[in-house]
Amino acid sequence: MHPRSLFPRHRSPLDSRLIPTNGSGFLAIVAWAAFAVFLLSGSGPAAAEPGDADLSPLVETWRSGSFDEKASAASQFAATGHPRAAAILQSLLHGNLGFRKSDGRLTIAQEEADGLRLSDAWTGEDLGTVKMRGVSKITLNNSLRQQLRAALAGLNLGSPDPAVRLAAVHAMLGEPDPELVEVLRQKLGTESDAGVRDALATAVALANLTADAAEQRVASVNALAGSLEPPVRQGLSTLIGSEKDPRVLSAARKALRAIDGRIQFYGFVETLFFGLSLGSVLVLAAIGLAITFGVMGVINMAHGELIMLGAYTTYVVQTLMPGHIGASLFVAIPAAFLVSGLVGILIERGVIRFLYGRPLETLLATFGVSLVLQQAVRSIFSPLNRSVETPAWMSGSLEINSVLSLTLNRLYILLFCLLVFVLLALILKRTSLGLRVRAVAQNRPMARAMGVRAEWVDALTFGLGSGIAGIAGVALSQLTNVGPNLGQAYIVDSFMVVVFGGVGNLWGTLIGGLSLGVANKIMEPWAGAVLAKILILVFIIIFIQKRPRGLFPQRGRAAEG
Amino acid sequence: MLLEALRTDRGGQALLAVLAVAVVVVPVLNLAVPPDSPLYLSTYTVTLLGKYLTYALLAVAVDLVWGYLGILSLGHGAFFALGGYAMGMYLMRQIGERGVYGNAELPDFMVFLNWQELPWFWHGFDQLWFALLMVGLVPGLLAFVFGYLAFRSRVTGVYLSIITQALTYALMLAFYRNEMGFGGNNGLTDFKDLLGFSLQDDRTRVTLFVLSALALAGGYVACRAIVASRLGRLMIAIRDAEGRARFLGYRVEHVKLAVFTFSAVLAGVAGALYVPQVGIINPNEFSPLNSIEIVIWVAVGGRATLYGAAAGALLVNYAKTYFTGALPEVWLFALGGLFVLVTLLLPQGIAGLLRRRRPA
Repeated sequence: MHPRSLFPRHRSPLDSRLIPTNGSGFLAIVAWAAFAVFLLSGSGPAAAEPGDADLSPLVETWRSGSFDEKASAASQFAATGHPRAAAILQSLLHGNLGFRKSDGRLTIAQEEADGLRLSDAWTGEDLGTVKMRGVSKITLNNSLRQQLRAALAGLNLGSPDPAVRLAAVHAMLGEPDPELVEVLRQKLGTESDAGVRDALATAVALANLTADAAEQRVASVNALAGSLEPPVRQGLSTLIGSEKDPRVLSAARKALRAIDGRIQFYGFVETLFFGLSLGSVLVLAAIGLAITFGVMGVINMAHGELIMLGAYTTYVVQTLMPGHIGASLFVAIPAAFLVSGLVGILIERGVIRFLYGRPLETLLATFGVSLVLQQAVRSIFSPLNRSVETPAWMSGSLEINSVLSLTLNRLYILLFCLLVFVLLALILKRTSLGLRVRAVAQNRPMARAMGVRAEWVDALTFGLGSGIAGIAGVALSQLTNVGPNLGQAYIVDSFMVVVFGGVGNLWGTLIGGLSLGVANKIMEPWAGAVLAKILILVFIIIFIQKRPRGLFPQRGRAAEG
Repeated sequence: MLLEALRTDRGGQALLAVLAVAVVVVPVLNLAVPPDSPLYLSTYTVTLLGKYLTYALLAVAVDLVWGYLGILSLGHGAFFALGGYAMGMYLMRQIGERGVYGNAELPDFMVFLNWQELPWFWHGFDQLWFALLMVGLVPGLLAFVFGYLAFRSRVTGVYLSIITQALTYALMLAFYRNEMGFGGNNGLTDFKDLLGFSLQDDRTRVTLFVLSALALAGGYVACRAIVASRLGRLMIAIRDAEGRARFLGYRVEHVKLAVFTFSAVLAGVAGALYVPQVGIINPNEFSPLNSIEIVIWVAVGGRATLYGAAAGALLVNYAKTYFTGALPEVWLFALGGLFVLVTLLLPQGIAGLLRRRRPA
């Protein structure tokens, strides 16, 4: 270990305020600054020379002026529309702008492991690294920082990219500075993008809440009525606290109620989404079981392990295809279906077919199989969890508005679950395999008499159910870590879903799973996650007493002993 | 009548004989033989054997409902654990001021959670008689309520198995919560003494072993008496043809409920003997896997024999101790393989194998 790293590096008191001591926070700022440089210096770094006549007084002010002088110099600099303005002001704001002690050159300094990496402020040219104290940084105070932020926001409002403009407006929501509001008002007249215009209008209306004329205040309150931005709600609350005029007060109360109503509504939508998402995971895990347990009457305790095998298949496919995470997922789906399906057929041929009609024995034997599979995976892949990477298009979230955003991976899994369900329903209803499966399930001897090879259908049905479990494993690998115990976590839940929905009924499984998921998430806020789950289990135990054959009972090969 | 029941029960006679020998020999080998003698039985082994005996009692309880009544309970571990918790609470209260925090009233974990007073359900557990009452009452009551609901609405077969599994799973989740007041994840541990006798003392250990052996013998004889009685024949009738038994006018639900509750109490007693010997009880005892393991002991030993269940529990657990010590990788393969092979090839378990060997 380097001896120096044992001690905190020396920093001036100012620096330690400016640079977050937490490394990742600092990196984020650097990344941000770099991004801003990239975004705003499109025209090329060499546009201005260090010796530009009109800029040298500015540099002089920054070197030795008072804070107020520095601030006005910064505002003037922003007004010049200089191509490096955004990058330089950003660095100044973050305390990274300074003068190299050796020659007094204006540089942007970025902290590195043992020193500062310098680049020329005007050209962005890399100047190598110097020691920590090789640069005298420009000092700031809070009012200077605030004005810098305003100047930067003004710069960003002029950006050609609507997304940057929108972000700039959002950053300025609730900003009390009258000059800024004036800027916003001007922009409102010229803005072409509808989304940015709405945001600008909100910002202006928010600022007008403090206007002198009561009519103006009422107008802005009414303009704000539907907005979900947190500063709007805050602004209205403040207004209600201080407002004297009854008209404004009642309008503000009404607007606030409307906002709260909408927030509540979107909160409910969000709960519903999380519930459906949890439900879709349950359905995916249970739907294979609905076939093997529901249609065939076989209790397969190794079902969870077939899910686990699917998840591990995803992991293996991903390691075999480094650099193609997105594509590997599409390879993994059929691969997992095949792997789990084949293992399923093997279990059926090797164990289960000797035990038809003895469900309790089947339960025990397949439980044995599940232990063997678990240990096999543990021996091959180590008992540690493996993490499967999520492709870029599946990470992040879909922002509907500022209070509701849906995580993309859960959204995709919900859609995937419905897709799998539809495919499975089609296979069972429309293909000749499905016809045979249903025939054997309803009346085995009769189906055999009609020439259906019942044994063969048994194996294929079991393979189909197991393959679906494998596909569920692919989906689960995107949500949780992949480990030998993955399957165990889902087996009890899966049985609950199938039994709740009604054995032998795919629709029952779908509706049962989704409603259990939603119920769980609705209860979670007041009961807590664990208690919600316990309540669901208790509910199912009581439900089974009332309707022993589930929500949608259906006839099938009897699953009773 | 009891003697009549045992007279024809060769396996039971063997089991009781083995237990009688063990009750005499084990204490002598541990306490009277000097430690350097080759015949000396270490206290560790005595405790291990005592633990196996409580498992055997649990297996007998499961066999009573599974073998003779056809109820495959995948939740008997819950009754076992509840009995264990009741005992653990008594042992916890016995620690008193010797805990890390030195609080005479509150167990350590409650002090740690910043609780000010003892929750209501912890009152009374400073008395052994109360704790022993609860050892039977809590599992019995749970089994009664659960069974009343389930049997009345005629939940049978796999459905019953699955909801018993849900029961133990729900209890496991509940006991993992700190707010439940049973020590959360860590459960109850760090016990000091029982009725003033230190749990670390060899004599206490031997006494617990003897008690376990006696409990197993008593439980076995009670179960044997039940299955040999008219009630036992009715149980078998229900197992083999529930509908017919019902049509003949028997109250099937009542029989099931009574036997299921009795079995749960037996499991609770086993749990209560288990806890002071292993020195800990935690929510993991509720895990569905544990309950299924009990069933496999019974299946390996041979169900509907009672003595087979006890033998199965002893054998499988001995194998488990051996494998997890010597070849930890292989244990789950062995256990899993055992499940498959026993169900496929030995539906009557080891007892069935022995019976077949004997010339008829």
